[in-house]
Amino acid sequence: MNASRAAISARSLLSGRVRAALRGSGGAVGTLPLVAPSVVLLLVWSLVPLAMTLWFSFRRYNLLNPMIRGFAGWSNYRFLFGDPALISSLIVTVVLVGAVLIISVGFGAVLAAVFETGFPGRGIARVLMVSPFFVMPTVSALIWKNLLMNPVNGLFAWIARGIGLQPLDWFSSVPLSSVILIVAWEWLPFAFLILMTSLQSLDEEILEAARLDGAGPIALFHYVQIPHMARAISVVVMVETIFLLGVFAEIYVTTTGGPGTATTNLAFLIYQRALLAFNVGSASAAGVIAIILANIMASFLVNTVAKRLDV
Amino acid sequence: MNPRHKSFHPVAAIVAWLAALLMFFPIIWMVLASFKTETQAIQTPPVFFFQPTLENYSDIFNRADYPLFAINSIVISVAATAIMLIVAVPAAFAMAFYPTRRTRGTLLWMLSTKMLPAVGVLMPIYLIAKDAGLLDSRIALIVIYMLSNLPIGVWMLFTFFRETPKAIIEASRIDGAGVWDSIVHVLLPLGLPGIASTALLSIILCWNEAFWSLNLSAHDAAPLTAFIASFSAPEGLFWAKLSAAATLATLPILLFGWFSQRQLVRGLTFGAVK
Repeated sequence: MNASRAAISARSLLSGRVRAALRGSGGAVGTLPLVAPSVVLLLVWSLVPLAMTLWFSFRRYNLLNPMIRGFAGWSNYRFLFGDPALISSLIVTVVLVGAVLIISVGFGAVLAAVFETGFPGRGIARVLMVSPFFVMPTVSALIWKNLLMNPVNGLFAWIARGIGLQPLDWFSSVPLSSVILIVAWEWLPFAFLILMTSLQSLDEEILEAARLDGAGPIALFHYVQIPHMARAISVVVMVETIFLLGVFAEIYVTTTGGPGTATTNLAFLIYQRALLAFNVGSASAAGVIAIILANIMASFLVNTVAKRLDV
Repeated sequence: MNPRHKSFHPVAAIVAWLAALLMFFPIIWMVLASFKTETQAIQTPPVFFFQPTLENYSDIFNRADYPLFAINSIVISVAATAIMLIVAVPAAFAMAFYPTRRTRGTLLWMLSTKMLPAVGVLMPIYLIAKDAGLLDSRIALIVIYMLSNLPIGVWMLFTFFRETPKAIIEASRIDGAGVWDSIVHVLLPLGLPGIASTALLSIILCWNEAFWSLNLSAHDAAPLTAFIASFSAPEGLFWAKLSAAATLATLPILLFGWFSQRQLVRGLTFGAVK
């Protein structure tokens, strides 16, 4: 009964939005058939799974125990919010996103300004800088975990012993920082690339004028380059946040969320509930929380991009 | 843009080069390890000079089913990208050359669909794939990658097409060409650089995607991301073989990435930074 009503309202909403989105697209040229496939595919892709996640989150549904079925009301959510694992995963998510943002945007902005000075081999240095962004996440994580961070055979352990320090067992003693280090290495190039592109559009005459007024490189960076990059920085922060909320592969191949729940972020918690415990209801409730979090950030991004879009 | 107009500080040069080498070092170290024997790879103090061996590469090919995973990666990335382009090019064409008052809203709505976090819909997608018998199939990954890159594709193509003079399209239409003729005979040749850039970015994103590949594939349809993840099993240290597999999986896409840096900025910031 409930199911059919939900299906009917979803269908009317869907067709209403299809019509709304398509009505204006077909001008005198008859562009409707050109735009329709994209719009219809994206409508299905964005609405059907979303509706299913919402629906499951109010159901009692565990793949391992098919006998227990039925309407659960708010109990999946109540159970989730009473679970210390959720609070802990939200903290891990926020710390991970925040730390990677600070590292990547901070170093990215400084390095973008440094690279703008022009020096021998700038093109090659720039290619080397951006390369980590193109390495697949499972490769990055495993190379760092083994070749560099292994407490016995890793390169960092050898360096530590060389300068008379006790080698660090990275993933046991500072697990979250270790994951942050790897993810920051992947995303610093992205921030650097975007901010450098933005700096290239800075008028050389403004820089020259500031220099004539006696501004040194630090004053230039602070009073001219940072304000010029402000918009690009906000775009980097929003795009990175959306990707970083879903960091998964790096955790999957290094710590699998541990030790304990030290590196279990919201994405990994959902994966554990979904594909390890097969608790569809609980995983979906956590999924709804992830969607809400991402949408808060997304609305800022859409507004920023909208200002720039001249159609 | 002329370097002569720029101030040159030796300190800046040193900082920049140091940062670049530090950032690139893990990649170099991986490539080096791929030419070592397993013993050399885990040796401390680490070996910097050694007789390179190709043993790891031949092992990867002969014993680890590497070609299967590489073919999966290629087929999935190329198919997802091709289908995405077929759907996205007409839409971007219509919106760039015949915008209406709805176009802006449609574009922004497409962008917002990209914000749906994959993990939020893991459960329904997994169950749909399971019921359709598509777990561990290339088709599931192709469809998902195609859909998740579609908004980026339409956006990138839209920003490229908008730079093409509309008069050329109009001229072809006055000469009696239909919409499809205009697309095939005028837009495709003119917009080829933009379409190629979009394809390249899409291939890079598909190739490196690791959330859906880890969750929806096991062996038969597993692309390289999932194959590399299988090295995370704790038993035994196979660093040299891991490095060889990782090097092969990384280098082609790294080359693509070097060529498409600028387009990547456009695509991943949705035209907000140029």
